[in-house]
Amino acid sequence: MLININLNGKNVRSEADPDLLLIDWVRAQGCYSVKRGCETSNCGLCTVFLEDKPVLSCSVLAVRADGKRVVTLEGIQEEGAEFGAFIADQGAEQCGFCNPGLVMNALALFRENPNPSEEEIREYLAGNLCRCSGYEGQMRGIRAYLEWKYGKSHMENEG
Amino acid sequence: MITIRNYIKATSLEQAWQLNQQRGSRIVGGMLWLKMGTGNVQTAIDLSDLSLDRIEETEEEFRIGCMVSLRQLEQHPGLAVYTGGAMKEALRHIVGVQFRNLATVGGSIFGRYGFSDVLTMFLVMDSYVELYAGGIVPLREFSQRGYDRDVLVRMIVKKEPARFVYSSVRNARTDFPVLTCGAACLENQETAYPEDQEGACLENQNAVCLTGRYRFSIGARPGKAILTEDQERILTGEVTEEKAAAFGRFAAGRVPTGSNLRGSAEYRSHLVEVLCTRAAIKLGGQQNADQY
Amino acid sequence: MKTVNKPVRKKDAMQLLTGQPVYTDDIAPANCLIVKLLRSPHASALVRKIRKDIALKVPGIEAIYTWEDIPQDQRRFTLAGQTYPEASPYDRLLLDRRVRYVGDPVAIVAGADEKCVDRALSLIKVEYEVLEPVLDFRKALDYPVLVHPEENWESLSRVGADNRRNLCAHDVSSEGDIDQVLSECDVVLDRVYHTKACQQTMMETFRTFCSIDAYGRLHVVSSTQIVFHCRRIIANALQIPKSMVRVSKPRIGGGFGAKQTAVSEIYPAFVTWKTKKPSKIVFSREESMTASTPRHEMEMHVRIGAMKDGHIRGIDLYTLSNTGAYGEHGPTTVGLSGHKSIPLYGRTEAFRFVSDVVYTNVMSAGAYRGYGATQGLFAVESAVNELATELHMDPVSLREKNIVREGDVMPAYYGQINTSCALDRCLARVKEMIRWEEKYPAKDMGNGRVRSVGMGMAMQGSGISGVDVGSATLKLGDEGTYCLVIGAADMGTGCDTILAQIAAEVLECEMEDITVFGADTDASPYDSGSYASSTTYVTGKAVEQCAYKLRQKICHLGAELLACKDEQVEFDGKTVRMMNRIADTGTSGSKEEEKPQNREAERSVSLKEIATASMCGNEISLEASYTHSSPISPPPFMVGAAEIEVDLLTGEVSVLDYAAVVDCGTPVNPNLARVQAEGGIVQGIGMALTENITYDDKGRVLENSLMQYKIPTRTDIGNIRVEFESSYEEAGPFGAKSIGEVVINTPLPAIADAVYNATGLRFYELPITPEQIAMGIARRKKQQDERVNSATGKITVR
Repeated sequence: MLININLNGKNVRSEADPDLLLIDWVRAQGCYSVKRGCETSNCGLCTVFLEDKPVLSCSVLAVRADGKRVVTLEGIQEEGAEFGAFIADQGAEQCGFCNPGLVMNALALFRENPNPSEEEIREYLAGNLCRCSGYEGQMRGIRAYLEWKYGKSHMENEG
Repeated sequence: MITIRNYIKATSLEQAWQLNQQRGSRIVGGMLWLKMGTGNVQTAIDLSDLSLDRIEETEEEFRIGCMVSLRQLEQHPGLAVYTGGAMKEALRHIVGVQFRNLATVGGSIFGRYGFSDVLTMFLVMDSYVELYAGGIVPLREFSQRGYDRDVLVRMIVKKEPARFVYSSVRNARTDFPVLTCGAACLENQETAYPEDQEGACLENQNAVCLTGRYRFSIGARPGKAILTEDQERILTGEVTEEKAAAFGRFAAGRVPTGSNLRGSAEYRSHLVEVLCTRAAIKLGGQQNADQY
Repeated sequence: MKTVNKPVRKKDAMQLLTGQPVYTDDIAPANCLIVKLLRSPHASALVRKIRKDIALKVPGIEAIYTWEDIPQDQRRFTLAGQTYPEASPYDRLLLDRRVRYVGDPVAIVAGADEKCVDRALSLIKVEYEVLEPVLDFRKALDYPVLVHPEENWESLSRVGADNRRNLCAHDVSSEGDIDQVLSECDVVLDRVYHTKACQQTMMETFRTFCSIDAYGRLHVVSSTQIVFHCRRIIANALQIPKSMVRVSKPRIGGGFGAKQTAVSEIYPAFVTWKTKKPSKIVFSREESMTASTPRHEMEMHVRIGAMKDGHIRGIDLYTLSNTGAYGEHGPTTVGLSGHKSIPLYGRTEAFRFVSDVVYTNVMSAGAYRGYGATQGLFAVESAVNELATELHMDPVSLREKNIVREGDVMPAYYGQINTSCALDRCLARVKEMIRWEEKYPAKDMGNGRVRSVGMGMAMQGSGISGVDVGSATLKLGDEGTYCLVIGAADMGTGCDTILAQIAAEVLECEMEDITVFGADTDASPYDSGSYASSTTYVTGKAVEQCAYKLRQKICHLGAELLACKDEQVEFDGKTVRMMNRIADTGTSGSKEEEKPQNREAERSVSLKEIATASMCGNEISLEASYTHSSPISPPPFMVGAAEIEVDLLTGEVSVLDYAAVVDCGTPVNPNLARVQAEGGIVQGIGMALTENITYDDKGRVLENSLMQYKIPTRTDIGNIRVEFESSYEEAGPFGAKSIGEVVINTPLPAIADAVYNATGLRFYELPITPEQIAMGIARRKKQQDERVNSATGKITVR
């Protein structure tokens, strides 16, 4: 089938089998940040934005994204790097394989809720597995980023 | 991974229904469960273009299109108010936000999965399934039906005056539940349960009729969610801890449970007692309710 | 110190965080043949017939290989990444007519794309002669059915193996008369513990691609911790000279020991060698969960004896380890269950440690962070916690009385002296951090919820003494920057950065001035690889010494440029200058002396100038290599304490807080050390509470996906707090020891004891599930109620 997806701001027309998954389609377009960590929709590594919402690209048919906007980390490098730097400052990126999915979903969280509580952060990112960091360093990075981005008073409700 | 030969975005429900009558056709919901299968799908039918991804709220009811995502349900202010937060509690443990942005209410309900928090929650409300050919069917009845080739168009939830609580036990926070428990305290039972519906559901072995003020929906038994009632009128008046515990024991005796990887039948029956007791106290107790 | 002990960013951090294509599957050529494996559905069977003709007709299929393509009498090999001669037996063939677990490869299929390969896999017809499997590891020894009856099974090292007894290894070690000592003790606890074959679950599954290089050699690019061992394993499997194999690693998406075994490499290597075409294999998560190299399931029988005053006098441990279908890491992991648990108790008069490792028809086990110590520490530390209860002592006080101290000889640790140890300080600090005095043992929160604490200690090693080899090469390049070439593998741990920090400290340069290259068997100096907690301690020392060597060379060329002797110059990282004192009395007294500025310029030469000069008419190599091996393996130590909340009715456990203090010597990079500790603790929490492994009656693993095998999410854990109490290890680089493995061990006994403190129920098997807790309490209540009915009794639920 011929599909037309707006990928990272550019319209990409391509042929796609009906059962081609979006993850394989975006990787074929060179968006290698999108990783596969499971076959059961559990790991969150393949997170992309579909019409601005974070979704698991391993569970979306490419043909279903026809006519829609898809954003991968390749499309928001600056925003990703701005936030990522705070994870780097904790050494919490570790092996890095889960990083793109985490960065995407964290950015989705911040767009949806710039002032999340500790519990809201944990819950929003619960579907982003990480086996290296134990999450604690990621959480420190997220808090430091929010403090930097929105100011100290912002996080005061955290105590 | 399944293989799909043809993919069609339906332009009408009639077209979707027609396509779905053929063997090898499948309606694609969130793709999350379907993807893990291994078979061949001749025609995948997508309902994305039929504006069924909306929640409409009126004075009397919620009309929830089958393509509404679990995330939409979880975030809907009207449902949050009506269920007192129970809807969100039922959904927030399901894998993660990215998953719930894809999973659809239609897929969850049509699948009638044993583990389903969604089915448990809808079952405890006065819910109906609108089928393209089959018309509007109470969820209690639909949940007991076998699979057919009809198209689930939307869910309808009547706003009967009620308070809800939802709880589940999980071995890990975002895992499938070991047991789910939705509970409702009905403010006005007369209007909520016309006699004829009671009669209809009594004929079904598993669907228990509702004659009490309280309604409990128990899922992940590990079989699919079923309703149980306060048949012996244990929960009358102010619900004391003793009454709640008595009802918990009663429910545990009534709700059939089984064993799987996540828990034994014995443990599940124990949890039916615990969760029903706690829900009864929370809904009907005057004191200490918030602590449960 | 300027760079060491500083929390610098990992050198590759921003590349990883912005999603750059740096992993195996990101850089594999687009024209790779896709390689997949047909796997056995039986735990034990012989392939009677295999028909591939129909499958071969699928368009796009390049080749299908079966056992008929592999000489069944060839020398067997092991996939374990270990120093030759490996302790692991040579018990594998690339494709064996006999399949030994559900998942054992039966055929290799290579084709143009996934679809055609999947189709071909479904069309291969296999006729099996199904055999009786050995599924119960407690019965495997001398069972009438053998897992490895073949003649060409071979054990290269003296590990007590005997394939005719299903025995992969057997060992006995002891000191003193343990039976006598235990008979004299006031209290002897006799308990059996059981841990399961948990999965490393690194986010990047096993994957490899191969191609033929310009010289006709096989180039293997793989997500591996062990490039050099991989080269040997592939050469063994393919029966080709090692010189024909080159192995390199890109960025690795996590390892935790899984990638210390060549799980995926040999299959595409075989395909590419046969077809001369590039090929790749990417394991599915299901394959990673069912046909890989998990932790060794172990049963540990502990006898521990103490006097009433709390003096622990002896520990007797028998460990039975299940290596599964093949012996990878079987003989070695088991040793750690005793040698890295018993020595924690330094006041003992005797110990005995006996072990058996048996073959069964389940997936082969392998190396997983902690490597046997995790299992042994769960047993010994749990026994000590229970002993404290028996003695009516606080578990912290009991440990304070008995722990090993700096300077002690450790008989159960190969007689090594405890050269650096802050275990006492770790213990004291954890006690403060968790507010033990206030919280031990438990507090009733009302409504069926109880909060409690529990603790555990741990040790590990720093490399394998006298075996592990670490090497480094440092080169001075253009503009005075360095290239550090290593054979150790950064698998996300940050060793590229840590080793660069050590080099930068010695070379007195900035981190940006050092590029790290690794690991590649053609280019890197030999390194055993990144495992056994060796990289910081062993390779780190090599880097330190290598940097000193290069400094000398820089000084040498600098002195030549300054026309003076080596002893007359000094190097400050930027400039080599002639030392004034010597210069004044030196040979160069000349006319320029009246112009001080000129003199200064003349008597120093910048690193940049030296680098430039090295590339023109120069015969002094500005490259140094250093190889290091350590005769000792100084243990890092750790103490951890958990605070949990238990719902006594549902049995659910929430870890609210985990406080841990680590003695890893000098933390070379405190950030990375901390994250190692946090990550290890969460893996330990998973093993204690949610990561279960169950088999069906056919020997199939039921937890075959991330849907069924539950590693902790960030909602499953509370706060993790890590601090350091550092000793100084003279043998390590800048006082450093290891940290990578020790960190996984403490949550197991700590959480198990916290559960006891909350519920009064002791658990001897992991994971501890809500069901076990709730039903344990319910059963006890029922028994108590029955007793109350007959007599008046006091019911206390702790």
